[in-house]
Amino acid sequence: MTDLMPRERLNRRGSLEPREPGRPRRSRVLSLVLACLILMTLDLVGRDDSPVDGARRLVGEAYAPVEAGVDAVLSPFLAVSGWLHTQDDLTEDVARLEAENERLRGYLGTVDYDRNRLLEYDGLTAAAEQIGYALVPARVIGVGAAQTFSRTVTIDAGTRAGLRPDLTVVSAAGLVGRVIRVTSSTATVLLVVDADSTVGGRVGSSMKIGFLHGRGDLGDFGRTGRLDLELVDQSTVPARGDAVVTWGSEDGAPYVSGVPVGTVRSVYSSVRDTTQRAVIDPYVDFGALDLVGVVVPSGTDSDRAVVEPDGTLR
Amino acid sequence: MTPGITTPRAAAAIWVLLMALVLQVSVLPHLAFRGVVPDVVLLVVVAVGLRYGSEPAMILGFAGGLLLDLVPPADHIAGRWALALLLAGYVAGRVSGRVSDRDRSPRWAVLLSTVAACSFVSTSVFALTGVVLRDPLVGVPALLETVLVAVVSDVLLGALLVPLVLALDERLEPDRLLA
Repeated sequence: MTDLMPRERLNRRGSLEPREPGRPRRSRVLSLVLACLILMTLDLVGRDDSPVDGARRLVGEAYAPVEAGVDAVLSPFLAVSGWLHTQDDLTEDVARLEAENERLRGYLGTVDYDRNRLLEYDGLTAAAEQIGYALVPARVIGVGAAQTFSRTVTIDAGTRAGLRPDLTVVSAAGLVGRVIRVTSSTATVLLVVDADSTVGGRVGSSMKIGFLHGRGDLGDFGRTGRLDLELVDQSTVPARGDAVVTWGSEDGAPYVSGVPVGTVRSVYSSVRDTTQRAVIDPYVDFGALDLVGVVVPSGTDSDRAVVEPDGTLR
Repeated sequence: MTPGITTPRAAAAIWVLLMALVLQVSVLPHLAFRGVVPDVVLLVVVAVGLRYGSEPAMILGFAGGLLLDLVPPADHIAGRWALALLLAGYVAGRVSGRVSDRDRSPRWAVLLSTVAACSFVSTSVFALTGVVLRDPLVGVPALLETVLVAVVSDVLLGALLVPLVLALDERLEPDRLLA
């Protein structure tokens, strides 16, 4: 057995004397500390291209395979922590996932609705372009009870949105009705299918005019909302499938002209008073009204964006 | 009296040091608490210091610290760990000189307090050199907290590892001279 470190040394008097155990030689301590200091100085001075960088790269190159090996050995063990869970952890996970599921289900439930609303807005913008009027968008927020026998709905736009009575209300599909009463934030709309409603209509193909009367029928419960068209000129018979648009009133109140209303479904002749009565299928599904537009003069001050005739929002 | 270090023992110590380095750099970061990784290299240096005295511990500490300074994740000024572990080795070696020969394996209290002292010395020296060299630019409170956590984690792991290294050494080559 060889001792790398001599454990005794000669003292000043020349006799062999055991070193104090554990005490290092001063020269060695000094040289090691100096080595550290020199290393630090070298690295500090040449921070960016320090002479130590070579050694660093060397050690890195040498260590890289070790590191990769250790990582390969370790990774299955590290994965173990993913399998071990306490009951609490699992319960918490289940609760969290259930909550997330609920949330996602909620999203899913509104996806169709949101998509439809988007389509309606698109349609309304297109309608504004098509009929050439500025529209204030509004949502139907209430439908009058059937017991009142008056077909009205409430929309969420009022005087603040620039509405006043006797404005035409349209949807993307066609004519909806007219505003009969406004508050500051809501308005009541009389639907064209109301029994009291009379709209001037024009058969698109023959330009003949007549009056559209509602039949008080929203078109829900399997019935379709119907309108009766009574032509002024009794001699002409509208053809089935002819489109009917509004005729328009003076100053555009209550109805502006050229808004599509519906198509002729069937024609009846009344022998007694010798008139022609056509039944019109409205384009609008009154049972499923949601987004509507109120026709306002271009440039109306409104608390919301107004769809301009060119399809832009203002 | 501390036993002399022989060639196979030196080789074993270097081997253990390298293993400790791998453990510290690649394995223990997965178990880090507050980002503080137990300093296994320090524990090996302490064990060597307790067994063989300051000089081998200092040399081993210097070598281990140098490796820690250079091995990939490190980006600090080289020589800081070398100096820190060098001083830790010195402290551990001096303790070994004070422990009487009757218990060649130091008692638990001595062992743990040595580990704590060396850990404190090395992390503090490392931190202080950082402050002096303006290397990482951290505040003193953050430094103190890290040093504290490091000391605790070193003591915890040291209670396990230092006796293990000492036993390994014993196994390797029973010291017949002193028997």
